[in-house]
Amino acid sequence: MVDTRETLLDTLRERLDLTGSKKGCDHGQCGACTVLVDGRRVKSCLTLTVTVDDRDITTVEGLARDGALHPLQKAFIEHDAFQCGYCTPGQLCSAAGMLAEAADGWPSVVTPGLGAGTRPAALDEEEIRERMSGNLCRCGAYPNIVAAIEQVAR
Amino acid sequence: MRPFAYERASTARSAVTAAGRSANAVYLGGGTNLVDLMRLGVVSPDMLVDVTRISDGTIHETPEGGLLIGAEMRNGDLAAHPLVRRRYPMLAEAVLSGASGQLRNMATVGGNLLQRTRCSYFQDITKPCNKRVPGSGCPARTGDHRNLAILGHSDSCVATHPSDMAVALAALGAVVHVEGPQGPRRVPMPGLHRLPGAEPERDTVLAPGDLITAVELPSLPFAARSRYLKVKDRASFSFAVVSVAAALDIAGGVVRDCRIALGAVAHVPWRAEAAEAALRGSPATEAEFARAAGAELAGARPLPLNRFKVPLARNVMIRVLADLVETR
Repeated sequence: MVDTRETLLDTLRERLDLTGSKKGCDHGQCGACTVLVDGRRVKSCLTLTVTVDDRDITTVEGLARDGALHPLQKAFIEHDAFQCGYCTPGQLCSAAGMLAEAADGWPSVVTPGLGAGTRPAALDEEEIRERMSGNLCRCGAYPNIVAAIEQVAR
Repeated sequence: MRPFAYERASTARSAVTAAGRSANAVYLGGGTNLVDLMRLGVVSPDMLVDVTRISDGTIHETPEGGLLIGAEMRNGDLAAHPLVRRRYPMLAEAVLSGASGQLRNMATVGGNLLQRTRCSYFQDITKPCNKRVPGSGCPARTGDHRNLAILGHSDSCVATHPSDMAVALAALGAVVHVEGPQGPRRVPMPGLHRLPGAEPERDTVLAPGDLITAVELPSLPFAARSRYLKVKDRASFSFAVVSVAAALDIAGGVVRDCRIALGAVAHVPWRAEAAEAALRGSPATEAEFARAAGAELAGARPLPLNRFKVPLARNVMIRVLADLVETR
C-alpha cells in the first residue's frame, strides 16, 4: 500500500532501497529521476506510484544483466562521461530509452524531413543533443556524454 | 501536497460519473503539469480520476479522410505516428519542439490541451494572481511579463497558453470530442480555449466534469506541406517565445488557401484569421506575406517588456511562409 501522493521516485528510493534514481529538481526539469516504464523513459518524480502499479519499471540498477554492464554504462566509463555522477543514472536510463525510440523510427525535431518517412534516425551529435535535452548535467560533461552515447548508437 | 482519493476509470462515461461524485475532482493524464501544480500548492484536488486507460489511446482514420486521436495517446506516440508525420507534419513538429523526450512519453493529448500557463505569478502561491485566486490582482502587468501576451489580453490577465501542440491543432481546425455530465459534444478549435476577459480563472469553454475523449483532425490535403517554427530562449526543452504553425496551398504562384496560427502570444493558441484572409488569392511572395503578418499584428497591444514579440512574430510568420514556398 502506498499513499496516493507518493511519487514513483520516492517509492523506489524510500521503500525499495533503489537509490540509483536521483532526486534533483523534483519538478520534471532535470532528468536525474529518469526511469523506464514499460520500456519508455519517463520522469519518476512526476509519476504517481498508484498509476503504475501494474507496469514494468526499469531503474539504473536493472540496466546491467548477469553482472555485465550495459553497453551504455561501459561507454560512459570509457569516455569519462561524468564528473560528480549525480545525473548519471538518469542519463543512462534516458539514453537507453532514447536509443529504443530511435530504433522504433521515432523522429526528433531536428530530424531532416521528419514528415517524410519512418526510417530509423541516424544519431549524430545534433540528434543526440536534442533527444537528450531532458537530462541536465551541472558539471557540464555533455561532450563526453554525447560521445559515449554516439559510440553505442553506432 | 493535500491528500486526495484516486480512481482509475475504464470508460469515459465512468470517468465522468466518478468525477461527479467529488466536489473538486480533476482528471489525471500524464500528470506532467498537474502533479507539479499540486506539489506547488497551485491546485489541490480532493480526487484524481485517472483517464489514461480509457481506450487504446491510438489513432484511427475517419471516413471523411481525417484522423481521430484518442485523448490519452502519449505525445511521443503522436509525433512518431506515420500518418501524422505524412499528412500533418506541422503537428509532429509542434509536439517534438515541446518539452523533453521523457515528458512527451508521459503527457497525453487531452492533458496537453488543458495544461496551465507557465506565468511565474500563477505558479507562485505567495503572489497575487487573478487566474489562481480571482480578484487578487495581476502583478505580471507591471512585473515580469517578458514572455506573456501581446494579443487578446485583458486588465485582469496577460498569461499565455504554453502548448505547442495546441497551436498546430488550432491551425488545422481540429475538433475536440468531449464527454460531459450532459453527454457527448464536440468543440471546434480554435474555440476550446478562451480569452481571459474578466474571468481568467477559466482557461477553456469546458465545464466542470467535462472530459476530452478524442481530437479529430479534418481532411486537409495541403497540410502535407506544413511547418511549425518555434523561437525559444534555449536550443531545446524550452517554452516558446513566439511560434508559428502554417500550411500553404499554392497554385500558379497564388495562395489558394492557407492556415496560420501563432503560439505564445495570447491566452489561446491564436489562429491568424486576418493574415489568412489577407493571403487568400494573393501572390505567394514575401511582400504579401509581410502584408498579411502586418494585418494580423495590427491589433497587437504589447506590454513594456515584450514589445520585441511583435516584430519577432511578424518575422517568424514571413519566414515560415517563405520556407513553405521554397519546399514545394
